[in-house]
Amino acid sequence: MNVLVFLIPISLGLGALGIFAFVWTLRSNQYDDPSGDAARILAEDETCL
Amino acid sequence: MIVACPACVAAPVPAEPVPAETAVQLSVPSVRCAACISTIETHLSQVQGVVSARVNLTQKRVQIVTDEPATQMVAALKEVGFDAYPLDARALVGDVDAEGRDLLLRMGVAGFAMMNVMLLSVAVWSGASGATRDLFHLISASIALPMVLYAAQPFFKNAISALRVGRLNMDVPISLAIILAGGMSLFETLMGGAHAYFDAALSLTFFLLIGRYLEHRTRSAAHSAAKELAALEAHTAERKTETGTEVVAIDALNVGDIVHVSSGMRVPADGTLITPNGVTDRSLLTGESEPVSHAAFDLLHAGEINLAGPIEVKVSAIGQDTRLHQIAQMVEVAENARNRYTSLADRAAQIYAPAVHLLALATFVGWYVWSGEVRHALNIAIAVLIITCPCALGLAVPAVSTAAISRLYRLGFLVKSGTALERLAEVKTIVLDKTGTLTSPDFNFDLSAFAPDDLCIAKALAQSSAHPLSRALHQHLEDQTATELTDIQEVPGSGVSAKCDGVFVALGKAEWLAPSESGLCLKIGDHVQTLPFQEPLRTGVFDMVNGLQDAGFELDILSGDTLPKTRRLADTLGLDRFRSGVSPEGKNAIITDLAAKGHAPCMIGDGLNDSVALASAHASIAPGTALDAARNAADVIVIDDTMAKIPQVFAISHKAVSLSRQNFGIAIAYNAVAVPIAILGHATPLAAALAMSLSSITVLINAARVGYGK
Repeated sequence: MNVLVFLIPISLGLGALGIFAFVWTLRSNQYDDPSGDAARILAEDETCL
Repeated sequence: MIVACPACVAAPVPAEPVPAETAVQLSVPSVRCAACISTIETHLSQVQGVVSARVNLTQKRVQIVTDEPATQMVAALKEVGFDAYPLDARALVGDVDAEGRDLLLRMGVAGFAMMNVMLLSVAVWSGASGATRDLFHLISASIALPMVLYAAQPFFKNAISALRVGRLNMDVPISLAIILAGGMSLFETLMGGAHAYFDAALSLTFFLLIGRYLEHRTRSAAHSAAKELAALEAHTAERKTETGTEVVAIDALNVGDIVHVSSGMRVPADGTLITPNGVTDRSLLTGESEPVSHAAFDLLHAGEINLAGPIEVKVSAIGQDTRLHQIAQMVEVAENARNRYTSLADRAAQIYAPAVHLLALATFVGWYVWSGEVRHALNIAIAVLIITCPCALGLAVPAVSTAAISRLYRLGFLVKSGTALERLAEVKTIVLDKTGTLTSPDFNFDLSAFAPDDLCIAKALAQSSAHPLSRALHQHLEDQTATELTDIQEVPGSGVSAKCDGVFVALGKAEWLAPSESGLCLKIGDHVQTLPFQEPLRTGVFDMVNGLQDAGFELDILSGDTLPKTRRLADTLGLDRFRSGVSPEGKNAIITDLAAKGHAPCMIGDGLNDSVALASAHASIAPGTALDAARNAADVIVIDDTMAKIPQVFAISHKAVSLSRQNFGIAIAYNAVAVPIAILGHATPLAAALAMSLSSITVLINAARVGYGK
């Protein structure tokens, strides 16, 4: 059971990582134009991201 | 892992302030693909004065930072083949969807917290006991409680506001279930109990937030579509001043002002004509397809389009006195009546909320009487509340309508109202307007029976008149050479006459040249011939009519135009039910009558004269070319040029409603299995988690079916 001492913090840390990644995507306006972003990867010479 | 306050960290970054005078927003409906984006952005970046341009493909808009006026940007886009419409920057202020972001954030928080707690719960479900179980429960509690309190706030707020006015809505059982699940689990944890529902509280919140977010997206899409359309039309007039003209808002006009209306523009207010004569198109107001000639001092109504040279109008009525306003008021009355429509989800909630509360209460009382233990009875009653969680019910309708509305958008339809799909699915009779909806406002001449010499004379006469029919005829005869004419005279309101080698020739109204005929006539000497012309049908009208008839709808034509024209169109389309010369009030009366007989009429129309009928009909569709008032009153707007896909709107609505019902069925089926187990006291947190997730996921997958297939 001692392994829980490592595993529980690790799993909590991964959850925290996920939520921060999600908050970051939200803050950097990545949900404003999903179909546009999907199309833009096909275009060449994309300068502004 | 708990952040001080997720809301502070994740509050949307304030949008970079773009100085209002340098940002131009254009709506570009035809932008579709990656190539369009790069064409537009590359082209605009080379236009002088453009600092930057960015296409939003989801909203089909371009935002340009520039000092140049919007009209110049529209012209620049025209060069690369895109039709663009400037959007009113003021109407778009506050367009950043703050509420949507907030819901998305709460959904994300609930989702990640749910996954973590679920992981911790797996240990408990697989048999952890004693101190280990209590430890896992405590860690779960420390994650779940703050997260639930944060994420479920939208439900709490709605529930409180409903309870304040003494009503029950879906959010009351939801809030109760979430709070009781959290509270009871905390109590059980502290007492060292076996069952804690922290994961259930979170997954309830998570799945319900998905439903809430989808619902919000549907609503805000409708909202922004309406805003975008309102922004398409400029609401200004050119008022004459001592020094020249100034552009003012229509609201700022006064009685007695003189306004200048250039060719092709709309008359901004009711008024009398000052210019000696003028020709206007009032098809949007009355449904008359032929242009109307006016002499000085004739009354013109707001909304008529000036077809000939520039005219001046003295404003005689403003604000509430205009014809436009009278119609707008009738529209408002009709819309209020329609807003009372009870949607499928509301009806379900009305039955569901009281039923669940009574069931939980009965369980509590039953177990208390049976076992005499408050804690045990309470635990079981709360388990019932959690198991009956309306996740699937809350997702049933929004998930389907989101999928259906986005499919319709891809097909070229804007759905403006959330309940529109349900109302469209109930339609039995479809009422069609003629001018502008079935026909385009052009003229098709059939001149095969005419001698070439006569056509040359007709062309010569036509080119000396500014009347739209003459101009259309002139354009139609561009291969002919005009004959030399002398003594050309234009008779206002009647036609043109002249001499050709001493012979009297004339082109004009039948009433003027030969009272026995009708339409447009050509007179050479004593010989009178009529020039047959037709309004061309809009593209896809035949497909639409056939498709609707195949689907079993009854079709009716209601036109403000004359009987012969309406009859000819009805014959062409093979329809036997039509009425002509109907006033806006008349259309409304017929629609109301059909509704009273249970025909659930759907109005398809584009004019101001249709707008009251559009608002009072059970459901309504307007083409994108329609007037503001008509587009605002309609539930669905056809963005594409063609009407051929309209039958699909009905087919998809039917499918959406039947899938929503199926979803309710699935939700009820899950409950039917799980509720007896819960009432008997055999529910475990594992069973609750399984029932909840499985039913919600089934419902979501089922909803996605509307987006595919036939």
